[in-house]
Amino acid sequence: MTLLRKFLLRLITTAVTLFGVAVIVFIVIRVVPGNPIAMMLPPGATDADIARLQAQYGFDKSIFEQFLIWLGGVMQGDFGQSISLRQPVSSLVLGRLPATLELSVVALMIAVVMGGALALLGTLYRGTRTEGAVDISAGMALSIPDFLWGLVLILLFGVLWPVFHISGRISPALNTDFATNFYLFEAILRLKFDVVADLIAHMFMPALALAIPLAAIIAQLLKQSLKETMHLDYVTLARTKGYNENHIITREALPNAILPTLTLVGVQFTFLIGGTVIIERLFSYEGLGNMAIDAVINRDLPLIQGIVILFALLFTLVNLVVDMLYAVLNPRLRHA
Amino acid sequence: MRDARGNIRRPIGARLWLSGGWLTLLALAAICAPLIAPKDPLMQDLFLGRMPPFWMEGAEPGYLLGTDSLGRDVLSRILYGARLALVVALVAGTLTCVAGATLGLVSGFYRGWPDRIISRFVDIWMAFPPVLFAILLIAVLGPGLLSIIIAIVIIDWTRFARVIRAEAMSQGAMDYVASAQVAGRTRFGTMLAEILPNVLPTIVALLTLEMGIAVIVEAILSFVNLSISTDSPTWGGMISEGRTSVHQAWWVLVFPLITLFLTVLSFSQLGEGLKDRFDPVLR
Repeated sequence: MTLLRKFLLRLITTAVTLFGVAVIVFIVIRVVPGNPIAMMLPPGATDADIARLQAQYGFDKSIFEQFLIWLGGVMQGDFGQSISLRQPVSSLVLGRLPATLELSVVALMIAVVMGGALALLGTLYRGTRTEGAVDISAGMALSIPDFLWGLVLILLFGVLWPVFHISGRISPALNTDFATNFYLFEAILRLKFDVVADLIAHMFMPALALAIPLAAIIAQLLKQSLKETMHLDYVTLARTKGYNENHIITREALPNAILPTLTLVGVQFTFLIGGTVIIERLFSYEGLGNMAIDAVINRDLPLIQGIVILFALLFTLVNLVVDMLYAVLNPRLRHA
Repeated sequence: MRDARGNIRRPIGARLWLSGGWLTLLALAAICAPLIAPKDPLMQDLFLGRMPPFWMEGAEPGYLLGTDSLGRDVLSRILYGARLALVVALVAGTLTCVAGATLGLVSGFYRGWPDRIISRFVDIWMAFPPVLFAILLIAVLGPGLLSIIIAIVIIDWTRFARVIRAEAMSQGAMDYVASAQVAGRTRFGTMLAEILPNVLPTIVALLTLEMGIAVIVEAILSFVNLSISTDSPTWGGMISEGRTSVHQAWWVLVFPLITLFLTVLSFSQLGEGLKDRFDPVLR
């Protein structure tokens, strides 16, 4: 019962947050100097032409009226028409979303594997130089943001030892018949391994750049909670039973140490998704973030609005899922 | 060496010295840029485009770290770029800290409706992708130094507000705060005299971190061509140009990147080092 109430309360605050985001974006982007309508017409256009088009996009009404019209549309799944690309915002944005989702999820998986391995390594060799090395490398990896890691990777694997592609999502020659925009997922399901390899070769560097800071956080936090768990009585009991150190860390300590890390990974995953904006730009990866920057440069107000709302929705969804996962995994919370 | 928490204590001294040393060096370079820069950072010479650094075949004497595609001296541009980077770090970092820490302190110590309002705004802010928000704000405010500083403050205040709120909240629940109240201090006086000194180490650590972040934000904005006018040399602008010509002239990307890398690393290590040093529990 309390869990259900908590969940409903969360849904309400989520709705309030999304509404707040919509209001702020709406106000902010309508103060943008530069008339998007004037930009899309040829230089010889008359004032009457501009006025007519403005009316067509609803820019002649007050901000409040525009917001109500927009909100009414959103309720029916209509996010308006992109000015620069002249297509419905919803189909443009949904077309790009899979690329960003695939990148984020691959990055998350890399981060979990890397961070988890580092934490286990540091715990297994605690008190030795290896632990010190893990601490220092995690500390350094954490202080450098994804943008700089991306540039470092471009130099390493794009120039010095050019094994990966530094731009794009897929080689044009392979970009043929996809039924969905989840290229990687689809290629794996259809067992097209040459396409999978090509996609990975494009995705590797941007995903790794996004993953490194998160991996460092996971390594630090998981190692810390493993350390605390290793002193608990039940772990000592397992040790006196004669289990070896590997078994004790992975079977006994890890399941209990993972919970605090999980909540943090949730919040950090939203930061990672936010990071895709500049990383996609850096690697010319055709995702949502890259489209967002173009939309700002082109003053494409409806498109900017749609993308920001989608990002906000994604962030709040991730947080919601993590909270529910936490409640399911943590027995203490379930019976509270 | 192990401290009270059983953690291996890292040598704090070396970290502080190295990061402090690099930042001092950078500050000196920024201040003395007109005196020590070998060339005019804006001077173009199309006959000297993409000259490699001094140790390589075909280097042009006088251009230690080579030239970019327009024949501008990379070293001089890095030195001049340090000016903008450090101004953004200091001014934007400090303003963000003051704004965010104040809101966090009020929110965490006073609780009640100020807390509800501030926390609601923090929630909304957390739902924005920060880079996109920054780009959007610069599009609204127009490019320029002031716009960058304003944008950083608007975006990043939550970083302070969230952490300081939590700290102020836990400090506020402690006995010494209650006794200060009993002793006749006002609520506001307690906040300034009792809570603030106790959260100061965290504020200092966050502040230096924020300075590093501010430098990055400026670089990212220059990278998407939204920072300052293209006349003034910026590290981000250099990186952006270097990215496009990385296969022909890697040095245009590498040297500003190394500078940026070390600067951001130094800011964060300085913050960590200072935090350890001022932490009353560890001391």
